[in-house]
This record gives sequence, C-alpha cells and structure tokens, in this order.
Amino acid sequence: MLKGLLVLLLFQGIGEATSHYSGLPIPGPVIGMILLFIYLQLSRSELAIGLGDAAHFMIRWLSLLFVPACVGFFFLIKIPNKQWVAVTGVIVISTLVTMIITALLMKYLMAKSKRFKPKAEQ
Amino acid sequence: MVEIITPVLLLMLTFFAFSLAFWLYRISKSRPIISSLFHPLVTAPILVSAVLLLLNIDYSDYRKANQPLFFLLGTATVALAIPLHQQFHHIRNLTKPLLLTLVFGASFAVISALSIAWVLGATPETLISLAPKSVTTPVALGIAEKINGEPALTAGIVVFTGVIGAIFGPLLFRWLGISDDRIKGFVLGICAHGVGTARAFEISRKCGAFSSLGLGLTGAITAIILPWIIIYTFR
Repeated sequence: MLKGLLVLLLFQGIGEATSHYSGLPIPGPVIGMILLFIYLQLSRSELAIGLGDAAHFMIRWLSLLFVPACVGFFFLIKIPNKQWVAVTGVIVISTLVTMIITALLMKYLMAKSKRFKPKAEQ
Repeated sequence: MVEIITPVLLLMLTFFAFSLAFWLYRISKSRPIISSLFHPLVTAPILVSAVLLLLNIDYSDYRKANQPLFFLLGTATVALAIPLHQQFHHIRNLTKPLLLTLVFGASFAVISALSIAWVLGATPETLISLAPKSVTTPVALGIAEKINGEPALTAGIVVFTGVIGAIFGPLLFRWLGISDDRIKGFVLGICAHGVGTARAFEISRKCGAFSSLGLGLTGAITAIILPWIIIYTFR
C-alpha cells in the first residue's frame, strides 16, 4: 500500500509539472490521472495489489476530502456580489434539468447502439 | 498557545463533523429520500460552518488548516485512474454513445445555466462566474480566471452544483426508471464532477469508473472550449 501511495504521488507530481510547464488549462491531478491510466493500459502486467489498495482507500474517503471545499459555499454570503441567492436557484434548476436530459439521451443512445451491434454486448 | 493548536483543532473539526455525518447517514439508510438529504457532503459542511460561525473563525483560517485535505483531493483524483483501468472493457464498446452524451451534456450544463440566469437578469460578471459550474473545482478556477469571472464565487458554485447533483441524481434515476450503473455513473461525472463521483462509488465500482471518465472528459473539453464561447458571447 505504501508503494501504491508513492506511485499515486509520483503521477500527481508529473501531472502538476506537466500542467505548469505546458500551459494547458487542465489541472495537474487530472493530467496525472490520464497519464497513470495510459501507463496502466500499456503495461500488460497485472495491477500491483499495493496500488489497487491505495486507490481503493483514497476513493473510499473521497467525500471527506470534499468537506473543506463545501464549507466554502456557506461563506459566499460575505462576497460583495449579492446575486448569489438567484445563483443558487439557477444552479438547482439547471443541474437537475441537465441530469434528466443527459440520462435520457444516454439511455436512448445505448439502446440504439445495442440494436445495431447485437454482438457487442454479451 | 491558542495559535499553535488552532490548525490541528480545525483539521480535527473536519474529521469529527464527517464521522458524525457519516453515522447519521448510516442510520438513515433504510429510507432512501431522507438518507439522500442526510448525505455526509450536506451535513458535514453544515456542521463545520455552524461551528466556525459560532466561534467567529474565518473561513480562510479553516481553509489553511485543512490544506492537507485539498492536497489529498489531488492524489485521490489520480487514484481514479485505477477503477477506470479495471473497468475499461465496459467502456471500449460504448465509444460513440459516450462521446455524444459527453458533448451534449457538457454544453447543455453551461447553456442552461447561462440562459436561465440571463432570463432572471443576472449581470455579466455573475454569468461569467456561473459558466464553468459543472467542471471539477481546479479546472473551473482556471477557466474563471481566464474569462475574468470571480474565483471565490465560481468555487462555491462548483461545489454547490456537485452537491445538488450527488443528492438528487440517485433520486432522479429512480424516478426516470434508470437502473443501468453505466448511465448513472457517466451522468454523475458530467453533471456533478468529483462530488458526484464520490457518490457514484457508493453505488458500485462500475458506476464510479464511468463517473471518473465523465469527470475527466468534461473537465478537459470544457477547459478547452468554454473560453472561446465566452469570448464570442460577451464580445
């Protein structure tokens, strides 16, 4: 598990460096995730147990890691822009509508692709 | 003395609030609607905020004390590569529906928010801060800076979007009769980024992998396309 954490940190570092020096607008950890994914796909060997354990542990407590960021929302009141009340309404409506439409679209597209390629999913 | 132990206490506050929130969530599990509203991502921040406001502690102090968790959020993002790798055989056959859903969902999230806010009479500054709402926080902050939005407002908006998606997503899926974990996961990742992904992993590994994919791809395409849309619209 320690080796696994080391691998995650290594890719986080590579991602941060790539993001910084390339000027890409994508954050370091997302680049690190993409690079680690490519590395895992290319290396034909079994996934190291330590890495699997470390990833499982991090993901299990993902919600905890979001708590400090979520607390920030309650302190928006102190921001001079007073439109935040209307903003919360907009977010609720647009997020719910987007989820409904996106989910229905994906359901339709998946049913359609299954019809054309009946052998693909078995 | 107080200055020395305050950061430790503020970090402990996060863990304590989360444990309490997690316990509340577990005992409400038998009732899906109540347990959705009692998700630790709703109750824990409320508990922490209440304590900070009561004791008159600045958010910036709390944020500084909890810097290790912000850092580990990056590490956890890298860790999403592992379920993605393990579940990739499910994803490979679905390239076309996934890409179409992604492009549509990511654009619709931005367009719907902007048009509703515009109808309600939001100012251009608010509209710009609202635009990157569905992308994961670090990406959104980068975009907000590029298009001259307000970073603090954007950060709050992004987190709130994620929490709304993570709470109501599972209820919406039930209501729409969607039982496919691939759809649930991908939609959560597109609409509710990391917070939605945390929720998706509670549903199943497969759901979490599809959510990770949605999160990564939405972040990438929004970061590349959104600045151009904004420049074009507000020119």
